[in-house]
Amino acid sequence: MIRFIAILLLLSLPAAAADIPASERRSGYDFMSPATQEMQRDDALNPAMLWVAEGEAQWQEAPSSAAKPCAGCHGDATASMRGVAAGYPAFDERTGKAIDLQQRINACRVTHQQQPAFAAESRPLLGLAAYLGLQSRGLPVQAPDDPRLAPALQRGEKLFHTAMGQLNFSCTQCHDANWGKRLAGSPIPQAHATGYPIYRLEWQDMGSLQRRLRNCMTGVRAEPFPYGADELVQLELYLNSRSAGMTVETPAVRP
Amino acid sequence: MARALISVPKTAKKGDIIEIKTLISHVMETGYRPDAAGKVAPRDILRRFTCRYNDEEVFSAELWQAIAANPFISFTTVATASGTLSFTWTGDNGFSQTETAAITVT
Ligand code: HEC
Ligand code: HEC
Repeated sequence: MIRFIAILLLLSLPAAAADIPASERRSGYDFMSPATQEMQRDDALNPAMLWVAEGEAQWQEAPSSAAKPCAGCHGDATASMRGVAAGYPAFDERTGKAIDLQQRINACRVTHQQQPAFAAESRPLLGLAAYLGLQSRGLPVQAPDDPRLAPALQRGEKLFHTAMGQLNFSCTQCHDANWGKRLAGSPIPQAHATGYPIYRLEWQDMGSLQRRLRNCMTGVRAEPFPYGADELVQLELYLNSRSAGMTVETPAVRP
Repeated sequence: MARALISVPKTAKKGDIIEIKTLISHVMETGYRPDAAGKVAPRDILRRFTCRYNDEEVFSAELWQAIAANPFISFTTVATASGTLSFTWTGDNGFSQTETAAITVT
């Protein structure tokens, strides 16, 4: 942490950062070592595929004798869920809010299966999210286009440009203005969340985009928004709009 | 049961060198890490991996604390006959898991 801060202070950060031009957008994959890239490219090597296998089993299994499995309503995920994850967060009629894919999964779990919601970062939830994410791999990220999402998208954009924490950094200062530079040895990526949930080597574990965003907030000594907070979903929504048209990589590996 | 993924060619020619890749979910807790309360989590690692090909051991490995969670093990062997490859991981707390894969050798 001390090293992180010391290096932060060495970064010269412009006050306002311009958006990254479309032609210069690069996935976090491009900043990784060839060995880590290979781990992501080869499904037999990618530990995230263990969670995909978990998710596939969850998809088929009825959680109780009274409830249908996911497959009981949605059928074959390779067909019914193709491209779905690429368009999340999306507008949810029931709550009148933007929800991300994991919240969507839990909404089905609660309303359509009458089960308690899966806990944040739990194996079955990350597994289902990875399994559904895989059904969009190779497809373009879909920009949020529902007009009802506009207010949440605006709030996400504002948050991305708001300085936070004791170190008083905004997301844009690192990810728009200083991408490609190094921070405590790691290159700063452009924050395209095209591969979530990811297997992160540092975590030795699978994690959601919210876990990643909370890490970035802790990094600047801000109190991270709690899991499931509207602010995190708003940030996710803005990230999706910034990455529209880029290729979904789920399940990605990150250092 | 832990999730495990095995990649073995379904078919091979007799005498071919085949590549086998395995992944298994395991925390590989080193026994050295203190948790948030300062208490050291007890060691929980896989200790041994073996591969048997039609009941003959063709590969084995010992695993240690320095090995990352969800270990990936890859090795090669020579395709000798059709049959079954079995993979066994054993470790702390009585952990034992066996997975199998079929191969047709022509
Ligand atoms: C002090 C600089 C800094 C700030 C401020 C910061 N991040 Fe990050 N962020 C990083 C670094 C460094 C990484 C890569 C970490 C690694 O790979 O080990 C990263 C990773 C990410 C990723 C993952 C990209 C990928 O390829 O998987 C996303 C998304 C992200 N940040 C979003 C945000 C958001 C949203 C904020 C504001 C709430 C933010 N970051 C604030 C430095 C920062
Ligand atoms: C009883 C039927 C039923 C079951 C069981 C069910 N769902 Fe759904 N699901 C629906 C319906 C209906 C919708 C449309 C939105 C709504 O009305 O809730 C939906 C919507 C979705 C969507 C959003 C699709 C889109 O195009 O945006 C996803 C993702 C999803 N379900 C995943 C799951 C998962 C994962 C499970 C198992 C944990 C599951 N569902 C179980 C009925 C079901």
